[in-house]
Amino acid sequence: MAQASNYNLDQKFDFTAPVKKVIFFLGGLGAVLLLIGIIAAAFGGHHGAGEEGGHAFHWTKRLYANLWINNVYFTGIAIIGVFFFAIQYAAQAGWSTALLRIMISFGNWLPIAAVLMLATFFIANHDLFHWTHSYIFDINDPEYDRIIDGKGNFFYWPMEKGSFPIFYIVRMVLFFGFWIFFFNKLKSLSLEEDINGGTSYWYTIRKWSAIFLVFFAVSSSVSAWDWVLSIDTHWFSTLFGWYVFASWFVAGLSAITLVTIFLKDQGYLEMVNQNHIHDLGKFVFAFSIFWTYIWFSQFLLIYYANIPEESVYFIERLSSDVYGPYIFVNIVLNFVLPFLVLMTRDAKRHNIFLKLVCTLIIFGHWVDFFLMVQPGTLGHNGGLGLMEVGMLLVYGAAFAFVALSHLSKKNLVPKNHPMLEESYHHHI
Amino acid sequence: MERDKHFILGIFDDEDILLSAVKEVRAAGVKIHEVFSPYPVHGLDEELGYTRSRLPIAAFLFGLLGTTLALTMQFYMMKFDWPMIIGGKDHAAFPDFIPVTFELTVLLAAFGMVGVFMISSNLKPWAQPRIFDLRSTDDKHVMAIDIASNGSVDLEQIKSALKNSGATEVNSKSFE
Repeated sequence: MAQASNYNLDQKFDFTAPVKKVIFFLGGLGAVLLLIGIIAAAFGGHHGAGEEGGHAFHWTKRLYANLWINNVYFTGIAIIGVFFFAIQYAAQAGWSTALLRIMISFGNWLPIAAVLMLATFFIANHDLFHWTHSYIFDINDPEYDRIIDGKGNFFYWPMEKGSFPIFYIVRMVLFFGFWIFFFNKLKSLSLEEDINGGTSYWYTIRKWSAIFLVFFAVSSSVSAWDWVLSIDTHWFSTLFGWYVFASWFVAGLSAITLVTIFLKDQGYLEMVNQNHIHDLGKFVFAFSIFWTYIWFSQFLLIYYANIPEESVYFIERLSSDVYGPYIFVNIVLNFVLPFLVLMTRDAKRHNIFLKLVCTLIIFGHWVDFFLMVQPGTLGHNGGLGLMEVGMLLVYGAAFAFVALSHLSKKNLVPKNHPMLEESYHHHI
Repeated sequence: MERDKHFILGIFDDEDILLSAVKEVRAAGVKIHEVFSPYPVHGLDEELGYTRSRLPIAAFLFGLLGTTLALTMQFYMMKFDWPMIIGGKDHAAFPDFIPVTFELTVLLAAFGMVGVFMISSNLKPWAQPRIFDLRSTDDKHVMAIDIASNGSVDLEQIKSALKNSGATEVNSKSFE
């Protein structure tokens, strides 16, 4: 009978020059578009200057908002790789064994993401987060904001409100620190298993996965409040953490599917067949619906109750010339398209459909984060232009380069995983 | 000879032997009526040459019916039959209709699918199931071959094909 050991289990992904060239081309294209966008914004439009007696709009603000969107988005895709890896162990799943290395390779972006996120925050805090201004906490200032003052301790504790957001920074550092720690732990255990074999590694990884999942359950939610929800400081939504997580998860699953299909097309991962691809397709399909469910739950309750301090969030978006249309782009790309295209079994078993849908979903969920970040930071000065597309391409290319180059260093398949045989025989 | 009455049964102990037996028996030109097994055997439906079930199509159509019914019903009620203003919204406030639409879509898809499955599998409450061999509910796999639909193949040839492919017993079974 056919066995997994008939295959070359020591196979490594060869990160060849042509593949690198494509990634560099996309990144370069992104950089050029970004540059054109910046030049156009810096010299072309002075439409924001001196409006309504407020601060003059400067193009750097749009650049920072862009950086923030991609920082949050690609951090999410990276941590979802680790999260999905941990889920496989916690659920004792066997089918996915051949795909584990792809998932964990995404985590290599995390250290870079941490540096980028902290740097962006320190450079652009006043442009991105209204609550970083100290005057809104000063009761004698005409700009004093009672609501933000009430929430101030969440950012500034134990220091004085309006000084240095120590609690916020500590959380950011802690989350990244623990995420990177768990990522390294899981990765190194999985690589040691390649050398030493035995079933004890599986149990150890499962234990660490379970601990990570508990930590991630809390940290993913709190990071969503910190990094995204706090942009609209007055507004609140109790399921926002889930909303951001769902968006991350679908994007991460799409990225895992795309990398798997890419490796299959290159002739790697012979033991991965259409059954594994089918299961990934089901995940993308199901969690697209999950995201829609969360998105709509948030929307419907706010729309129905129509309480001004809640509905302002959607009014800011739906009745805006800049963002209004993208709400519908968001729904079409992230719900209608995967729902209708991936509904049939055949679509999930044919790579061409998955390639199309997953690529569009990755863009679609970027649009989702664009809609979360830009209205609160840029208002009517925002938009989806060359700068945004360029920045997305630059980040995407950098992410792909980091993930693939780490993937190429070790075996593609965890060859001593006790469930490798089960994965090989996976049949649905 | 009448169809669906007289059968030859091959009894198998092992699912791997069963799978290869199905392949060999079919290769010998014998049509298999049905295989009964105590648990689902992976790959059996492919070996038997079954085409994919069309049940998902029925599910989709019933779901579509549910969506249409739910939206029509709510629009008719809220816009024409008894217009009400709820929460200061329009009479026909589309987002309000989504939860009911979702529920009715799921309900009709599920019920429709169960109904279609029962009809197509002849699972009516008063149906009398035909037991080919009681041991197929316990520890044996039973391959049933309809003699009438294998008119051109010699009886002894069928029996030897079953024996050669690893059947532990070869029996006959007739129904009234």
